Amino acid sequence: MDLATILAAGVATGTVLLFAAIGEIFAERSGVLNLGVEGMMLIGAVAGFSIALSTGNPWLGLVVAMLAGGLLSLIHGVMTIHLRADQVVSGLALTFLGTGLARVLGQGLSSAGQVATLPNLTIPVLTGIPFLGPVFFTDQSVLAYVGYLLVPVAWLWIVRTRPGLHLRAVGEAPAAADAQGIGVYRTRYAYVFVGGLLAGLAGAALTIAISPGWFGDQTVNGRGWIAIGLVIFARWSPIRAAFGALLFGAIFRFIIDIQGLVLIWGFANPFSAGRSTTFFLEMLPYLMVILVVIVGSREAARKRLGAPAALGRPYVRGDRGA
Amino acid sequence: MSLSLDGSSMTASAAPPALEVRGIIKGFPGIVANDEVDFDLHTGEIHALLGENGAGKSTLMNILAGLYTPDAGEIRLDGRPVLFRSPRDAIEAGLGMVHQHFTLVPSLTVTENVLLGLDRPRFWLDTRRFETEIRDLAATFGLRIDPRAKVWQLSVGEQQRVEILKLLYRGARILILDEPTAVLAPREIDDLVVTLRSMATGGRSVVFISHKLGEVMAIADRITVMRRGKVTAAGIAPADTSETDLARRMVGRDVLELVERTARPPGAAVLEVRQVTADNDRGLAALRGVSLDVRAGEIVGIAAVAGNGQGELAQVITGLRACRGSITVGGEEIANRAAGHAIRHGVAHIPEDRTGVGSSPNLSVADNLIMKRYRDAPLARGWFLDGTAARTLAQGLKDEYAIATPSIDTEARFLSGGNLQRMIFAREIDSGPRLMVAVQPTRGLDVGAIEAVHRVLLARRAAGTAILLISEELDEILNLADRVLVMFEGRVVGSFDAETADLQEIGLLMTGGGSEAGAPAARG
Amino acid sequence: MNLSLEPRTDAPRWFAGAMTLAALAFALLVSGLIIWLVGGDPVRSFTHILVAAFGSVGVISDTLVKATPLILTGLACALAFRMRLWNIGAEGQFLLGAWGASAVLLAPILPAGTPAIVVIPVMMVAGALAGGLWGFIPGILRARLGVNEIIVTLMLNYVALAWVQYWVFGPWSNGGFQETVAFPPEAWLPRLTDFSASFPILGGLTTHLGLIFGVVAATIMWVALKRTRWGYELRLIGDSPAAARYAGIDIKRKIVVVFVISGALAGLGGMSEVGGVVHKLQDHISPGYGFTAIIIAYLARFGPFRVIVASILFGALILAGREIQPSGVPAMIQGIVLFSLIGSDVLVRYRVRFVRRLVTA
Repeated sequence: MDLATILAAGVATGTVLLFAAIGEIFAERSGVLNLGVEGMMLIGAVAGFSIALSTGNPWLGLVVAMLAGGLLSLIHGVMTIHLRADQVVSGLALTFLGTGLARVLGQGLSSAGQVATLPNLTIPVLTGIPFLGPVFFTDQSVLAYVGYLLVPVAWLWIVRTRPGLHLRAVGEAPAAADAQGIGVYRTRYAYVFVGGLLAGLAGAALTIAISPGWFGDQTVNGRGWIAIGLVIFARWSPIRAAFGALLFGAIFRFIIDIQGLVLIWGFANPFSAGRSTTFFLEMLPYLMVILVVIVGSREAARKRLGAPAALGRPYVRGDRGA
Repeated sequence: MSLSLDGSSMTASAAPPALEVRGIIKGFPGIVANDEVDFDLHTGEIHALLGENGAGKSTLMNILAGLYTPDAGEIRLDGRPVLFRSPRDAIEAGLGMVHQHFTLVPSLTVTENVLLGLDRPRFWLDTRRFETEIRDLAATFGLRIDPRAKVWQLSVGEQQRVEILKLLYRGARILILDEPTAVLAPREIDDLVVTLRSMATGGRSVVFISHKLGEVMAIADRITVMRRGKVTAAGIAPADTSETDLARRMVGRDVLELVERTARPPGAAVLEVRQVTADNDRGLAALRGVSLDVRAGEIVGIAAVAGNGQGELAQVITGLRACRGSITVGGEEIANRAAGHAIRHGVAHIPEDRTGVGSSPNLSVADNLIMKRYRDAPLARGWFLDGTAARTLAQGLKDEYAIATPSIDTEARFLSGGNLQRMIFAREIDSGPRLMVAVQPTRGLDVGAIEAVHRVLLARRAAGTAILLISEELDEILNLADRVLVMFEGRVVGSFDAETADLQEIGLLMTGGGSEAGAPAARG
Repeated sequence: MNLSLEPRTDAPRWFAGAMTLAALAFALLVSGLIIWLVGGDPVRSFTHILVAAFGSVGVISDTLVKATPLILTGLACALAFRMRLWNIGAEGQFLLGAWGASAVLLAPILPAGTPAIVVIPVMMVAGALAGGLWGFIPGILRARLGVNEIIVTLMLNYVALAWVQYWVFGPWSNGGFQETVAFPPEAWLPRLTDFSASFPILGGLTTHLGLIFGVVAATIMWVALKRTRWGYELRLIGDSPAAARYAGIDIKRKIVVVFVISGALAGLGGMSEVGGVVHKLQDHISPGYGFTAIIIAYLARFGPFRVIVASILFGALILAGREIQPSGVPAMIQGIVLFSLIGSDVLVRYRVRFVRRLVTA
């Protein structure tokens, strides 16, 4: 159990969280809170897995998974954008629906056997960099590299491009954006859909790349909710989300690794595998999320760099005639 | 009543007017907002559109700006008929509007706000290039603004400049400003006038909506007056009219009579505020050592430009905001206690936000009327709430204060603004207050409702209640108050007897000018 | 074409109820369609649910057994939701309640052989306290620090599960199995079948005292909401927190109190489940009661008595759903029901019109 191994595994596990968190950042930046991440990830996970299984082509599975997550997210879009339903309730409903659908579709998949997975890559030169090489560039899933690209792209998109400017305007002051001719509804649908695509990707990243297999609704096991917590921790910035994802990925790995030790600092390991105390370790990531949300909301309150101003609120154009 | 329509409108008739409106009709459910309205705007003029709330000015301008589609009528730009389906169409034709409520995104910079919704830049935001461009454009028209500042950091006046800048950047030749001076301090109004002038001389045309006679006479080249959807005076020059004449055309009767205020010696001090400091929602200092007294049977008016701490003052007195210092009502310390504590000690509050704070929109009128009384007998019986007693109380208040509602079970959100304010007053007065804090009690109300509010306030004064009146309508304060305190940047900077108050001096103090001579010896 | 929503001002009282029923019917239709699409027979599935849940006195009793934990968790959610506090943690509070009640016997707090008249009330208190504590955490965090309660309650569900697992795998494990020893009969809530000696007709009926807890709790809640100052304050805060603050109500305190009561109700549900049905603690005592409770609270439009009706419907679905294939169908139906309800809510609040974009020449 050394730091580089844990961090390298953290990158792998964190990639899943990263996709889901960045997707949610996009949706929330447009003003739509989508609590259905867990459900969308499950749909992506089952779609990706079953397509990869039946066609033998994991890439096709990946595409279908993203579309499945995206389609599911559009239900939330219609409910909250056009029909002005409460975003909290609609998001919860989406998680129920996604979980149920995934279970229906995943019937019998848990005993399906080996699935074709996406390849792992080692980047020739970069792998030689001390510490960073083994952590980031050695035998990582191709999706981890996609993640490395996604972070700066998402950040630049939001703060340095015209569509990103419009996204921020819609999430902060939809009425002002509308007055300038920016389609508020169109923008929100687009980014809710992007959120769904990325959640679907996150789900597929689990089942056909990072920890292959389908384990019923235990497959995602709360990662969708952790991703939502990460968004608050990251204060809606893709870059901070990357650090958070890495941290949580590392914690997940650490929990497994520490169980393998016999001694810690010369004492008997209280958490060695097979002991019931390992359940305390399992609490760790969830307690961490709570801690992170507490710290996050305090800082957000103090620095006023909190949520997009219109987050959670449906937009209704003023009493516009005709 | 006759009016000669010669005036200056005939003089510049060689070229077609920049904007010509003919026979516009626009109806909303229940009312005709514009009834056969004609309007002309010449190139290079400042044209004031005068009228009361609900006269149809804003409807007309919203039609011009592409927000509404007219039911009938024609709009011509430079002689060519046009049809706007959206604000975008209008701005592309060179016609833009600055609304009363700004359409800015607070978290973005000035530059980003100006660029919002434009086709350029195509993809990458090269802010530095645009910052230079915008700084230069602003300088041309004497608009002082930092293109890099975030909009939420700007004062209201600066935000208005950003709105104007947005239109100029889009190449607007005709600018419509909806009550642009309502939110400005006197000095900022002067700056605005200079800018408008320089735009007019530069060949642009300005429509200026207002209901203030004085400034219209001072600023406009020509004036059009509207009343109840119709034009009652078209394009007259200030030289050819008078304030009295305009007022008559505007309200259809001789200006609203002032409510009589009887002289009355005030009693003992009820509210005593000593050295109070408090922060605003952003954590910045909003009150910096305020001290003041309000005596029984006295109305003390607070005159201040929006955002100088008057809102926070009302909140600390009513227990809605934490502060340092001492606030007593009838000798009882109420600072930094919960709002319930202030209520129990006889503090009534007419809040600025009637729909969000002063009432609970989805609860019934009855439930709203018992908000301050449900803890006490006869409504409260131990843990229980006596429904019959509550209904009796509510029905009584509804009748006494003539709250127009189908029943006391109707939800509060269905009440009109005036009736909602009646409901709030009924509830607050019924609590038998020693002190009443009224914040912007007449904002957005029609003339009849304003008079009703003024009568109620004076009746309370006669009944011996101490009243702190916070209003941005200086006229209202001067008419009602016994004493006027001026606030600037969280301090009381002047104190005047309403009888002898000098408007000029007050205006100067409100904007941070003038001497500290008028300030009370509060620091001791 | 434009979709336009205009607020309704004149909806009669029955309208909301009718729309709820319509939403349920619609949800069943959509669910049937999906069952058909994945190769099932919707008519047979639904008939099966009806027969399996209401076909005889015996299964009706079983349905009520399934409904009991749903009523208590459903009330927990309905109370919190009334104040727009999104307590998604009824599942965890339920588990903690079950754990607290078990601790009375396993810690043990009471010596073996204590009579039922003492054991059962102590278990009730312990369950409600443990659940209430689990509600106190998100409540105090929300009230004092403004921490988002959705995330906290959700995360605490996972923590609660791991906590229960620790005890049933570790200190309280019955010979290494994932469960504790069975409770002594004094700790069993009385069931209908216990009275079959005097009333033979009750033989085999497993409906237990927990159902009475649910009905009593619903009644108390109804009275508290409709007839007390406390209920008035709750309605005021739920509609407009700013107005409530202005009216002098201590909202922060109320948030904590409501969260604790909500948690205690769910905890009582957990106690009633281990005391009335399972008679021991194990980690899989809930098939997601705390989550279904969210839908029940919504279906009931937060009304306490309507929670009972909705719980019986969902109790039937869970009971009969166990035999429906594929196994995800009940969960899926729950999601569809919730979406239909949200949709029907829109129809209750607004008049929906399709407007053609007007182009005047």
